[in-house]
Parts: sequence; C-alpha cells; structure tokens
Amino acid sequence: MTITDSPVDNGVNTEALIGARDALSQAPEAADFVWKAECKWIDGTYSETTLDGFSGLGQDHNHPTPHTFGMDHPECFASQDRGATPPEALLAALAGCLTAGVASVAQHRGIQLRSVTASVEGKMNVLGILGADPDIRNGFTDVAVSFDIDANATPEELQALVAQSQKRSAVYDMVTNPTNVTVGVA
Amino acid sequence: MSPSGSPDTVNARVPVLPASARRIPVVIIGAGHAGLAVSRRLTERLIEHVVLERGEVANSWRTERWDSLRLLTPNWQSQLPGMGYDGDEPDGFMTMPEVVDFISTYAETISAPVHSSTTVTRVGAVAGGYVVETDGGSWTCEAVVIASGGSNIANVPSLASEVPESIETVTPMTYRSPGRLNDGGVLVVGASATGVQLADEIRRSGRNVTISVGEHVRMPRVYRGRDVFWWMDAAGISDERHSDVDDLVRARNLPSPQLIGTPDRRSIDLNALTDRGVKMVGRLGRISDGRAQFAGSLANICLMGDLKMNRLLQSFDDWATSTDLDISDPPHRFDPTRLPSTPCLELDLIASGIGTIVWATGYRPDYSWLDVPVIDRKGRVRHDGGIVQDAPGLYVTGLNVLRRRRSSFINGAAHDSEEISNHLVRHLATTHA
Repeated sequence: MTITDSPVDNGVNTEALIGARDALSQAPEAADFVWKAECKWIDGTYSETTLDGFSGLGQDHNHPTPHTFGMDHPECFASQDRGATPPEALLAALAGCLTAGVASVAQHRGIQLRSVTASVEGKMNVLGILGADPDIRNGFTDVAVSFDIDANATPEELQALVAQSQKRSAVYDMVTNPTNVTVGVA
Repeated sequence: MSPSGSPDTVNARVPVLPASARRIPVVIIGAGHAGLAVSRRLTERLIEHVVLERGEVANSWRTERWDSLRLLTPNWQSQLPGMGYDGDEPDGFMTMPEVVDFISTYAETISAPVHSSTTVTRVGAVAGGYVVETDGGSWTCEAVVIASGGSNIANVPSLASEVPESIETVTPMTYRSPGRLNDGGVLVVGASATGVQLADEIRRSGRNVTISVGEHVRMPRVYRGRDVFWWMDAAGISDERHSDVDDLVRARNLPSPQLIGTPDRRSIDLNALTDRGVKMVGRLGRISDGRAQFAGSLANICLMGDLKMNRLLQSFDDWATSTDLDISDPPHRFDPTRLPSTPCLELDLIASGIGTIVWATGYRPDYSWLDVPVIDRKGRVRHDGGIVQDAPGLYVTGLNVLRRRRSSFINGAAHDSEEISNHLVRHLATTHA
C-alpha cells in the first residue's frame, strides 16, 4: 500500500474493536449477543419493522432512537410499493455488512478510503414463490456484489480487502451457509 | 507423607502420593520426535528422566497413518539434535516405515530411557511437582514435558450424527487405502494436506470423489526449482517466533498446507484435483434428511487461498532479490483456482451414490489424563512458547507454532527442545535452591 504522511482515517475505531476482541476472548460468555426485530402488519403486504434493542456484553442495550422501516411488495405484484421488498432488504443487509467490513479492514490495514460503492444483484425466478414450479427454489439462486472502491491501495490489496470483509461478515455468513430457523406462534 | 491419612487430617488440596511412586526429576510423555529431542537435551545436561510411551517409539506414525502417506517435508529437513538424515535422497520424502525407522534409530542413537507400552492415566500436581500415574505404576517428578502431540483425536463435526446410516464414515486415523472403502462415491470433507491427499488417491482408485472445501492453505510443492520448505527456511519464515507472529491464534489453527510428498515432487492444489475429475463444493454446513448443504462462499475461500499464496511467493521473490540469489527460473505465478461454473449447494447423499464420507476435518490433542487446571475453553493447554502458564515445571512441545512457525515439523524440535530444556534446567535449579 502507499504510505502517506497523514494518518489513515476511515472513521472506524479499530483500536476499540481489537480491544473488544481481546477482552471478549477472556470472557466469551459476554460475547453472546441476541439481535431483535419486531414486525407489525399494517395493511395488505405492507409491514413496519421496529428495531429497538438488543442484548450483549451481559446486558440489554437500546438504540438511541428505535429504527423503523417498512416493507411491501411492488406494484407489478398488485401491491402499493410502500417500502422495499424483503428480498431487497436482505440485499441491503448484505451490502451494508460487507461495506462496514471494508471500512473496518481498510482502517486496520492502513488503507485510506475515498469512496466505496457496492452494487448488489440477486437473481430469483418467482415461479418458486408463486408455487408454480416445485423444482424452483423460493430464494435467490445467485447473489452478486460488485465493489467500486477509490482508495490508496493496489488492485491486489483491494481484492484482499474485499475478501477479508466477506470472511468477517455476519450477513455474508448467513446468506452463504444454512442457518437454523424456528418459527412459532406465541 | 502417609498414604493412609484420615480425611480429617489430610488437606484435600494436597493429594496423597501412592506409596509405590518412583521419584525422578523429569518425566517426558510421548516418545515421538519431539519427546525424544527433549530427552537428548536432558541427557546432554545430565538430568535423569524417563520417556513414557503408550505404545512403541513413534507410535502414532506406526498405527494412526494411512498406507501411502509420506512426510510433507523433504528428507534434508529431517534434523534432530544429534542426528540428521544422511541418506542419498535429500530431496525425497520419507514413507511411514521410513519415518518409524528414522525415529526408532534416533531413540537408540541417543539411548533414550523409553518405557514403552506405558500409558499415562493421570498427571496431577503435588507439593514440589507432579505425580504421573500410568498403567505400570506411578512417578513423582519436579517437571513434566508433555510431548504427546497435537493430533491424538480426529475431529468429527457434530453434523456427522445426521449422516444416513447406510453411508460409512471414516477419519484419517482409521482410513488406510482406497481398496478398503466400499464401491460407492466418496465425499471428502476438508481440504488441508490430508483432505487433498485422500481425495486424490481415492479418485485415482476410480471412485467418484467430491471434496468439501473450507479455508485452506495453497502452496506449490516446488517454486523456481526449489522446494517450498527450502524457501520458507531460507527466507526466514519458518523461524518466525511465536511472539512475533501477527495473529498467533490464527497461525496455530491454520490447516496444514495443500502439499504431498511424492518422488516426482508434484503439487496437489485444487486445480490438480479438478483436472483429475474431483468435484469441488463449499464448506459443509448442514445435513438434513440425507441432503448435504454446502456454503456458497467457495469463490471467496478459493480467492483468499490464491491471494495468500501469491503474497507468500512475493515474499520469496523479495527475499531472493534482496540477497542477490542467482536462480535461473524467473518469478512467476500459478493459475488462479478454477471454480465450478455452477457450484453445487445441495447434494442428496444417497441418490448421488455417496457410499463413504471421510472426515478430514483436523485433529485435536487428548488431555483427558491431565488433571492440572491448565486447559482453556477450547481444550488447549495454556502456554507461552511451551512453558505452561500457572504450572511451574510443566511443559508442552511439538505443537503448531509452539515457539516458531516450524515447531510442529520434525526439525522444529531441534531449537524448541534446546530452549525448553534450558528453561527446565533453570526451574530444577530453583526448586533445589
């Protein structure tokens, strides 16, 4: 990478993250987090999800203000498109997770970022969710993420940066690996 | 100390020694290359000791390896304190009988005080040292060197319980040769040296082979005309100290490199397996209703392996340039790992004809006999360069990156045994002071 006089600042506090890694290695039970979301049906295919709090480090936490977003289906499915579709939200989660990873790893490796854009595409044949063809799965068959990064690094360093962000990404792991999911009725 | 003290007179924290326990300054557990190297160092220092061995010298090389296995390191690297390879094939790779012969000859050469067929059943702390209980009586000592190795138990993932009953499962410790497998297809889980070697030889037996690939270490056998271990030695990588390694947890847990020792010094990367017709899938994530599901991260896993190999080769080239090394072969890079165009994410094990699953998913040490609180939550001994923490006089050797990157290789024992013995001698002097 290019060595510059000014310190690299991507706005990520990697010292704190590394400190947390060391501390949690000594107290692994504190590393158990539970992430939570509450989704309320509003009308039609429209719902609103509120993300208020989570637990970890042995205690409960709240977001300073709850985050809320709505999800819906598009007009071509006879809905009103009052929010993103849930599969699009998944793509957003994947891109957001990988991008946060790129920023963190770049900070750790001394790479100054100037701009980062992740373009994501998920391929899906909707005959699956419509129940029209039992051989077609409901979900994405392929997801492709393309990063456009302007930074003081060689192409190979950027390749390694993006590879490492995948290695450390929670959402990438959940999308690429089976995850046990239980759905019940309270 | 009376062995018959009543409970109200004996402090429960000071165990009672068996009356028959023999006293000796040092007990070494395990007569493999690492334990024998320490034995040689102690003999040099006139320190009385015994080497306890559950089987015979080089037991795990005799009994826990597959038939075709050869050492990953070339013969010229087989150097132990007081004895080195002196045959006429320095660039060759020892077969298992040759390794057994080499280590047995070493034990005889250094007159190691080996007690064979002696299984340690418990090591506990006592005042001033340790008690080592075996199926052939007990020893008390001031110091114990654990040289039983890091590969006593083959790891089998918990999802193995979901494998359909009609499919046979084997580990590298029970696998011997393709001819002993049933006729069906084979799923090899894991792509370390073990996984790629077994996938290769099973495929050569004519069976359909699928290999499940997680994080791996890709290396060429030969680069610019020299063995990859020659480069790592020459460029100083093998001697990097554990205290200097950037991420020691990662370094100690790295899978073994995708290498094989063969007379033709061939490489055995994933492209070589693909050329031979082995099918590549991602990391095994789940088995449910007889269907195995594989991670969709294969492309990134392979890219990381390629990038890391290229950085390693670059470090070789940089070193060669810095030392004006005269090598006729110019620097070059190998083809990127070729990926299947449509990676398989799910396999119906029965319908696809899988008859055997090979768990090439690593090994772990067995410390079930170690009754001293020095084991961490991952089942590893807590140590700093082989000096066990919070247990004066307790040492461990022969593990991955114990004191330097070469620690787990045969010639890693040379330096490590010297330094551990020096520490041990100082400890004995302290206890006698």
